[in-house]
Amino acid sequence: MPTMSPLITATAAELAGRIADGDVSAREVTQAHLDRIAEVDGALHAFLHVDTDGALAAADAVDADRSAGRDLGPLAGVPLALKDVLTMRDVPTTCGSRILEGWLPPYDSTTVERLRAAGVVILGKTNCDEFAMGSSTENSAYGPTSNPWALDRVPGGSGGGSAAAVASYEAPLAIGTDTGGSIRQPASVTGTVGVKPTYGGTSRYGLVALASSLDQVGPCARNVLDAALLHAVIGGHDPRDATSIDAPVPAVVEAARSGDVSGLKVGVVRELDGEGYQPGVIERFREGVQLLAAAGAEVVEVSCPHFRYALPAYYLILPSECSSNLARFDAMRYGLRVGDDGSHSAEEVMAATREAGFGAEVKRRVIIGAYALSAGYYDAYYGSAQKVRTLIVRDFEAAFGQADVLVSPSTPTTAFKLGEKVDDPLAMYANDLCTIPSNLAGNASASFPVGLADTDGATGPLPVGLQVMAPAMADDRLYRVGAALERALTQQWGGPLLGQAPSLSARTGGPAGATGPEKGNQRA
Amino acid sequence: MPALSPDEVAHLAHLVRIDLTDEELDHLAPQVQVILDSVASVREVAADDIPPTSHPLPLTNVMRPDVVTPGLTAAAALRGAPAVEEQRFRVPRILGEEA
Repeated sequence: MPTMSPLITATAAELAGRIADGDVSAREVTQAHLDRIAEVDGALHAFLHVDTDGALAAADAVDADRSAGRDLGPLAGVPLALKDVLTMRDVPTTCGSRILEGWLPPYDSTTVERLRAAGVVILGKTNCDEFAMGSSTENSAYGPTSNPWALDRVPGGSGGGSAAAVASYEAPLAIGTDTGGSIRQPASVTGTVGVKPTYGGTSRYGLVALASSLDQVGPCARNVLDAALLHAVIGGHDPRDATSIDAPVPAVVEAARSGDVSGLKVGVVRELDGEGYQPGVIERFREGVQLLAAAGAEVVEVSCPHFRYALPAYYLILPSECSSNLARFDAMRYGLRVGDDGSHSAEEVMAATREAGFGAEVKRRVIIGAYALSAGYYDAYYGSAQKVRTLIVRDFEAAFGQADVLVSPSTPTTAFKLGEKVDDPLAMYANDLCTIPSNLAGNASASFPVGLADTDGATGPLPVGLQVMAPAMADDRLYRVGAALERALTQQWGGPLLGQAPSLSARTGGPAGATGPEKGNQRA
Repeated sequence: MPALSPDEVAHLAHLVRIDLTDEELDHLAPQVQVILDSVASVREVAADDIPPTSHPLPLTNVMRPDVVTPGLTAAAALRGAPAVEEQRFRVPRILGEEA
């Protein structure tokens, strides 16, 4: 049976502690993860670019700081995988699109700046749907990513690369971005933790914009505390983002350490259930809610009658904003240029470049956005969608009057097969049914693993996520609930859920061995 | 809603400056129609007395002090450009044939 290095199965918190103690060097930790990537990423394709030299140099800098007796932050030396929609100076940033192939950003996003300042080691850039448009990572121009639990299944999207990297021990931490569920849905289908902070809680500076009123950067991890530690590093006010909230980061780390939900009112959203939900998903969700009740939470049912209009409103608001945001890809200042042969005009070159550089889903959404915003249809489509957004906000206000947090399944089904929904936009969009309302209202939400569900005869059971939603700037409640679930469930399972994942090494031509669960999920 | 024809999709594609092939137009038009039909339900609840929400935070006119801060150098800004001439972005001619 193959045994993974304890350096790659350890938690981020443990790694940082061992590096600070001098028990292991940041370079050794980084090298172990680079080796893991070399071993399994051929089969997974979670990374679009591995920054070997930059990562080792960052690790060496942490080791030098330690030798010099300088204070190390709580995540110093810990490796991280960065979603390829955030700029990182001199490291390729493609957004999963041909139109940005080979582009080297001249500046760091605020997220990267804060990660660097904290001594976090950025291993490379992870695959995603083109410009984060998708729920399966199949819309990447560079090919799909596989789900570590079943290589013929999607890892969710758009941040499938980040979720797969974390789930497969290529990195203990990753950064995602969530516009309609792109952190939470991949977390759900890969058995990992993903958090969408309150809108304005993390900076969007240097995040290539999809829909500016919805996009939010957030942490991906294998456990609740690691996600909170990362949240604390990247969160907080940034004057370079005009929508950044000028207030301290909620006490997420303390909440993750506490996990105390006694007296907390947990509202089950009546409308996020029923037809279209896989029975196994509903079963795991209900068991999760029972565990919260057993831990002292008070469970109530709440109704959010307008949530059924969230999906249609989102698929008007998002395309409208993205058709405007993606106008910047005009073949003039960066990225691809096609047909510049001296005879074609700038407009013709622009149109030829966008035809060649954008994939099918980007074209669909940009065209729908142009339609929804066009004179004569604006009131009926975009205007109505904005009113629905108000109704969603009111539904949340009413529900948070009755409960401290709301819960639902994170996604209606477990991971589906690669190729299954790729040319059926409506079926693909339905994956984000539960996650979209929180983006429209701008509040905080997260997905936590709550077990496995039978999917079909061909595959073993696959992960299920439970979504928690909290009012704006009450992000700490997400971690409180997540930690309570994690505590109860790991006790029940005898270890983390990922310990039940089939061995990746055995399926990817790595070190030979049985196909049983990999060793090494025990705490290092 | 009247059905969206490939010609109308072609018009939208022109507005957003994407040269779609005839094949793409034929494939996209019905998909765009299906999506628009499915999102039209927002009109069921969008009553006149409901104010629109464009943004989740009630922020207006966020200003910074009017102080010069360092920006990109010309070389850094031009480095990713598809074509550069005399320390500027070189662009194709900006007037069409009819001009």
